[in-house]
Amino acid sequence: MNSMNAVSDSQLTDLDAWFDQRFAQKMADHEAAHVPSMTIIATKGTLDMAYPPFILASTAAALGWDVAIFFTFYGLTLLKRELDLKVTPLGNPAMPIKLPSGPDWLKGRELNIPTSLMANLPGFQNAASSLMKKGMREKGVASIDELRSLCVEADVKLIACQMTVDLFDWRRDDFMDEISDWVGAASFLPIAQKADVNLFV
Amino acid sequence: MMQIANATLDARGLNCPLPILKTKKELTSLTAGETLMMLSSDPGSVKDIESFCLQTGNELLESAASDNEFSFLIRKV
Repeated sequence: MNSMNAVSDSQLTDLDAWFDQRFAQKMADHEAAHVPSMTIIATKGTLDMAYPPFILASTAAALGWDVAIFFTFYGLTLLKRELDLKVTPLGNPAMPIKLPSGPDWLKGRELNIPTSLMANLPGFQNAASSLMKKGMREKGVASIDELRSLCVEADVKLIACQMTVDLFDWRRDDFMDEISDWVGAASFLPIAQKADVNLFV
Repeated sequence: MMQIANATLDARGLNCPLPILKTKKELTSLTAGETLMMLSSDPGSVKDIESFCLQTGNELLESAASDNEFSFLIRKV
Protein backbone atom coordinates (compact mmCIF):
# COMPACT_ATOMS: atom_id res chain seq x y z
CA MET A 1 0.00 0.00 0.00
CA ASN A 2 1.32 3.43 -0.92
CA SER A 3 2.12 5.39 2.25
CA MET A 4 0.94 8.66 0.57
CA ASN A 5 -2.59 7.31 0.50
CA ALA A 6 -2.51 5.89 3.95
CA VAL A 7 -5.43 7.75 5.45
CA SER A 8 -7.10 5.92 8.27
CA ASP A 9 -10.84 5.27 8.34
CA SER A 10 -11.27 7.50 11.35
CA GLN A 11 -9.45 10.36 9.61
CA LEU A 12 -11.76 9.95 6.62
CA THR A 13 -14.81 10.01 8.84
CA ASP A 14 -13.57 13.22 10.49
CA LEU A 15 -12.87 14.76 7.10
CA ASP A 16 -16.34 13.87 5.82
CA ALA A 17 -18.00 15.31 8.91
CA TRP A 18 -15.95 18.52 8.58
CA PHE A 19 -16.82 18.79 4.88
CA ASP A 20 -20.53 18.16 5.41
CA GLN A 21 -20.72 20.82 8.08
CA ARG A 22 -18.69 23.31 6.06
CA PHE A 23 -20.68 22.62 2.90
CA ALA A 24 -24.02 23.09 4.69
CA GLN A 25 -22.73 26.39 6.14
CA LYS A 26 -21.51 27.64 2.74
CA MET A 27 -24.79 26.68 1.07
CA ALA A 28 -26.77 28.50 3.77
CA ASP A 29 -24.57 31.62 3.33
CA HIS A 30 -25.06 31.44 -0.41
CA GLU A 31 -28.82 31.07 -0.04
CA ALA A 32 -29.02 34.03 2.35
CA ALA A 33 -27.03 36.28 0.01
CA HIS A 34 -28.91 35.22 -3.12
CA VAL A 35 -31.31 37.77 -4.60
CA PRO A 36 -34.16 35.84 -6.25
CA SER A 37 -34.94 36.76 -9.83
CA MET A 38 -37.78 36.28 -12.29
CA THR A 39 -38.30 36.80 -15.99
CA ILE A 40 -41.70 36.91 -17.68
CA ILE A 41 -42.54 36.76 -21.37
CA ALA A 42 -45.73 38.76 -21.99
CA THR A 43 -47.36 37.88 -25.32
CA LYS A 44 -50.98 39.00 -24.90
CA GLY A 45 -52.41 42.50 -25.20
CA THR A 46 -55.91 42.12 -23.79
CA LEU A 47 -57.14 43.71 -20.56
CA ASP A 48 -57.47 40.37 -18.76
CA MET A 49 -54.12 39.00 -19.88
CA ALA A 50 -52.33 42.25 -19.00
CA TYR A 51 -52.86 41.52 -15.32
CA PRO A 52 -50.73 38.42 -14.68
CA PRO A 53 -47.39 39.87 -15.83
CA PHE A 54 -47.84 43.21 -14.06
CA ILE A 55 -49.25 41.72 -10.84
CA LEU A 56 -46.52 39.10 -10.59
CA ALA A 57 -43.74 41.52 -11.54
CA SER A 58 -44.77 44.26 -9.10
CA THR A 59 -45.30 41.77 -6.28
CA ALA A 60 -41.96 40.04 -6.89
CA ALA A 61 -40.25 43.45 -6.86
CA ALA A 62 -41.96 44.19 -3.53
CA LEU A 63 -40.49 40.94 -2.20
CA GLY A 64 -37.06 42.22 -3.20
CA TRP A 65 -36.62 40.15 -6.37
CA ASP A 66 -34.94 41.29 -9.59
CA VAL A 67 -37.56 41.21 -12.33
CA ALA A 68 -37.51 41.61 -16.11
CA ILE A 69 -40.46 41.34 -18.50
CA PHE A 70 -39.97 40.72 -22.21
CA PHE A 71 -42.91 42.11 -24.19
CA THR A 72 -43.43 40.50 -27.55
CA PHE A 73 -46.17 40.31 -30.19
CA TYR A 74 -49.49 41.59 -28.78
CA GLY A 75 -47.84 41.88 -25.37
CA LEU A 76 -45.94 44.88 -26.69
CA THR A 77 -49.17 46.92 -26.70
CA LEU A 78 -48.92 46.86 -22.88
CA LEU A 79 -46.01 49.30 -23.21
CA LYS A 80 -47.85 51.88 -25.34
CA ARG A 81 -47.85 55.37 -23.86
CA GLU A 82 -51.66 55.43 -23.91
CA LEU A 83 -53.26 52.18 -22.84
CA ASP A 84 -56.61 51.26 -24.36
CA LEU A 85 -56.98 47.63 -23.40
CA LYS A 86 -60.03 45.56 -24.21
CA VAL A 87 -61.34 42.19 -23.20
CA THR A 88 -63.36 39.96 -25.51
CA PRO A 89 -65.73 37.10 -24.73
CA LEU A 90 -64.87 35.59 -28.12
CA GLY A 91 -63.05 32.30 -27.67
CA ASN A 92 -63.31 32.75 -23.93
CA PRO A 93 -66.19 30.56 -22.71
CA ALA A 94 -65.08 30.91 -19.07
CA MET A 95 -65.79 34.65 -19.03
CA PRO A 96 -68.79 35.32 -16.77
CA ILE A 97 -71.37 37.66 -18.34
CA LYS A 98 -73.57 39.48 -15.83
CA LEU A 99 -75.86 42.46 -16.15
CA PRO A 100 -74.77 45.24 -13.79
CA SER A 101 -78.24 46.79 -13.66
CA GLY A 102 -81.84 45.85 -14.42
CA PRO A 103 -84.57 44.11 -12.48
CA ASP A 104 -83.46 42.33 -9.31
CA TRP A 105 -84.21 38.86 -10.64
CA LEU A 106 -81.83 39.46 -13.56
CA LYS A 107 -79.16 41.68 -12.04
CA GLY A 108 -75.93 39.96 -11.06
CA ARG A 109 -76.98 36.59 -12.49
CA GLU A 110 -74.67 34.87 -14.91
CA LEU A 111 -76.33 34.85 -18.33
CA ASN A 112 -76.15 31.47 -19.95
CA ILE A 113 -75.68 32.60 -23.56
CA PRO A 114 -72.80 31.21 -25.65
CA THR A 115 -70.01 33.81 -25.75
CA SER A 116 -69.65 33.19 -29.48
CA LEU A 117 -73.14 34.67 -29.98
CA MET A 118 -72.60 37.61 -27.65
CA ALA A 119 -69.30 38.47 -29.27
CA ASN A 120 -71.15 39.05 -32.55
CA LEU A 121 -73.33 41.82 -31.12
CA PRO A 122 -72.04 45.20 -32.32
CA GLY A 123 -70.34 47.09 -29.51
CA PHE A 124 -70.27 44.08 -27.24
CA GLN A 125 -66.50 44.10 -26.83
CA ASN A 126 -66.46 47.74 -25.75
CA ALA A 127 -69.34 47.15 -23.37
CA ALA A 128 -67.68 44.07 -21.86
CA SER A 129 -64.41 45.98 -21.49
CA SER A 130 -65.94 48.93 -19.68
CA LEU A 131 -67.98 46.59 -17.48
CA MET A 132 -64.85 44.72 -16.47
CA LYS A 133 -62.99 47.98 -15.74
CA LYS A 134 -65.96 49.18 -13.67
CA GLY A 135 -66.04 45.90 -11.73
CA MET A 136 -62.32 46.17 -11.05
CA ARG A 137 -62.64 49.72 -9.71
CA GLU A 138 -65.50 48.64 -7.44
CA LYS A 139 -63.55 45.64 -6.13
CA GLY A 140 -60.42 47.71 -5.43
CA VAL A 141 -58.40 45.94 -8.12
CA ALA A 142 -55.57 48.10 -9.44
CA SER A 143 -55.74 49.45 -12.99
CA ILE A 144 -53.10 48.32 -15.46
CA ASP A 145 -51.75 51.90 -15.59
CA GLU A 146 -51.30 51.84 -11.81
CA LEU A 147 -49.59 48.42 -11.75
CA ARG A 148 -47.34 49.43 -14.64
CA SER A 149 -46.27 52.61 -12.82
CA LEU A 150 -45.55 50.58 -9.68
CA CYS A 151 -43.38 48.25 -11.78
CA VAL A 152 -41.43 51.20 -13.20
CA GLU A 153 -41.00 52.64 -9.70
CA ALA A 154 -39.74 49.30 -8.41
CA ASP A 155 -37.13 49.03 -11.18
CA VAL A 156 -38.76 46.16 -13.03
CA LYS A 157 -36.93 45.95 -16.37
CA LEU A 158 -39.33 46.43 -19.26
CA ILE A 159 -37.76 44.89 -22.35
CA ALA A 160 -39.39 45.40 -25.74
CA CYS A 161 -39.18 43.08 -28.72
CA GLN A 162 -37.68 44.96 -31.68
CA MET A 163 -39.00 42.50 -34.25
CA THR A 164 -42.61 43.11 -33.16
CA VAL A 165 -42.42 46.88 -33.83
CA ASP A 166 -41.08 46.17 -37.31
CA LEU A 167 -43.65 43.45 -37.97
CA PHE A 168 -46.68 45.59 -37.10
CA ASP A 169 -45.23 48.83 -38.54
CA TRP A 170 -45.42 50.52 -35.16
CA ARG A 171 -43.12 53.37 -34.14
CA ARG A 172 -40.87 53.36 -31.08
CA ASP A 173 -42.23 56.85 -30.30
CA ASP A 174 -45.62 55.33 -29.49
CA PHE A 175 -44.11 53.45 -26.57
CA MET A 176 -43.18 54.55 -23.06
CA ASP A 177 -39.77 56.07 -22.31
CA GLU A 178 -39.14 53.68 -19.43
CA ILE A 179 -38.44 50.75 -21.76
CA SER A 180 -34.95 49.58 -20.80
CA ASP A 181 -34.04 47.90 -24.10
CA TRP A 182 -35.27 47.13 -27.59
CA VAL A 183 -33.81 43.72 -28.32
CA GLY A 184 -34.43 40.23 -29.64
CA ALA A 185 -34.58 36.72 -28.23
CA ALA A 186 -30.80 36.36 -28.16
CA SER A 187 -30.51 39.24 -25.68
CA PHE A 188 -33.41 38.13 -23.48
CA LEU A 189 -32.52 34.44 -23.16
CA PRO A 190 -29.24 34.95 -21.24
CA ILE A 191 -31.21 36.95 -18.62
CA ALA A 192 -33.84 34.19 -18.45
CA GLN A 193 -31.12 31.56 -18.11
CA LYS A 194 -29.89 33.09 -14.85
CA ALA A 195 -33.37 33.66 -13.39
CA ASP A 196 -34.93 31.48 -10.69
CA VAL A 197 -38.45 31.79 -12.11
CA ASN A 198 -39.40 31.99 -15.80
CA LEU A 199 -42.99 32.53 -16.86
CA PHE A 200 -44.71 32.72 -20.24
CA VAL A 201 -47.98 34.63 -20.32
CA MET B 1 -54.42 45.21 22.19
CA MET B 2 -52.28 46.56 19.38
CA GLN B 3 -49.25 48.72 20.15
CA ILE B 4 -48.98 52.22 18.77
CA ALA B 5 -47.12 52.16 15.46
CA ASN B 6 -44.83 54.76 13.88
CA ALA B 7 -46.99 54.84 10.76
CA THR B 8 -50.40 53.61 9.67
CA LEU B 9 -51.48 52.43 6.24
CA ASP B 10 -55.16 52.07 5.47
CA ALA B 11 -55.39 49.60 2.58
CA ARG B 12 -59.05 48.74 3.20
CA GLY B 13 -61.04 48.42 0.01
CA LEU B 14 -57.95 47.52 -2.01
CA ASN B 15 -57.47 44.12 -3.58
CA CYS B 16 -54.49 41.86 -4.31
CA PRO B 17 -51.67 42.81 -4.81
CA LEU B 18 -52.18 46.46 -3.78
CA PRO B 19 -52.09 45.93 0.02
CA ILE B 20 -48.66 44.26 -0.36
CA LEU B 21 -47.32 46.86 -2.81
CA LYS B 22 -48.47 49.76 -0.64
CA THR B 23 -47.06 48.09 2.48
CA LYS B 24 -43.71 47.72 0.76
CA LYS B 25 -43.78 51.40 -0.28
CA GLU B 26 -44.75 52.57 3.19
CA LEU B 27 -41.98 50.49 4.80
CA THR B 28 -39.44 52.17 2.50
CA SER B 29 -40.20 55.51 4.15
CA LEU B 30 -39.57 54.11 7.65
CA THR B 31 -36.19 53.56 9.30
CA ALA B 32 -35.09 50.18 10.63
CA GLY B 33 -36.80 49.27 13.91
CA GLU B 34 -39.86 51.45 13.26
CA THR B 35 -43.27 49.86 13.00
CA LEU B 36 -46.13 50.05 10.54
CA MET B 37 -49.78 49.30 11.24
CA MET B 38 -51.52 48.10 8.09
CA LEU B 39 -55.30 47.75 7.81
CA SER B 40 -56.81 45.60 5.09
CA SER B 41 -60.17 44.19 4.02
CA ASP B 42 -58.63 41.61 1.67
CA PRO B 43 -58.83 38.13 3.26
CA GLY B 44 -55.91 37.05 1.05
CA SER B 45 -53.65 39.56 2.76
CA VAL B 46 -53.49 37.40 5.91
CA LYS B 47 -51.34 34.75 4.22
CA ASP B 48 -49.76 37.22 1.81
CA ILE B 49 -48.45 39.56 4.51
CA GLU B 50 -47.03 36.55 6.38
CA SER B 51 -45.24 35.44 3.23
CA PHE B 52 -44.10 38.99 2.44
CA CYS B 53 -42.54 39.32 5.90
CA LEU B 54 -40.86 35.92 5.69
CA GLN B 55 -39.35 36.76 2.33
CA THR B 56 -38.25 40.32 3.09
CA GLY B 57 -37.09 39.71 6.66
CA ASN B 58 -39.45 42.33 8.11
CA GLU B 59 -40.98 41.17 11.37
CA LEU B 60 -44.72 40.52 11.68
CA LEU B 61 -45.30 41.43 15.33
CA GLU B 62 -49.08 41.05 15.44
CA SER B 63 -51.84 39.97 13.13
CA ALA B 64 -55.52 40.34 14.02
CA ALA B 65 -58.85 39.76 12.31
CA SER B 66 -62.39 40.92 12.97
CA ASP B 67 -65.46 40.88 10.65
CA ASN B 68 -63.75 41.19 7.27
CA GLU B 69 -61.11 43.54 8.58
CA PHE B 70 -57.53 42.62 9.19
CA SER B 71 -54.72 44.47 10.88
CA PHE B 72 -50.99 43.81 10.85
CA LEU B 73 -48.20 45.29 12.91
CA ILE B 74 -44.90 45.05 11.07
CA ARG B 75 -41.45 46.04 12.25
CA LYS B 76 -39.03 47.11 9.56
CA VAL B 77 -35.63 45.42 9.58
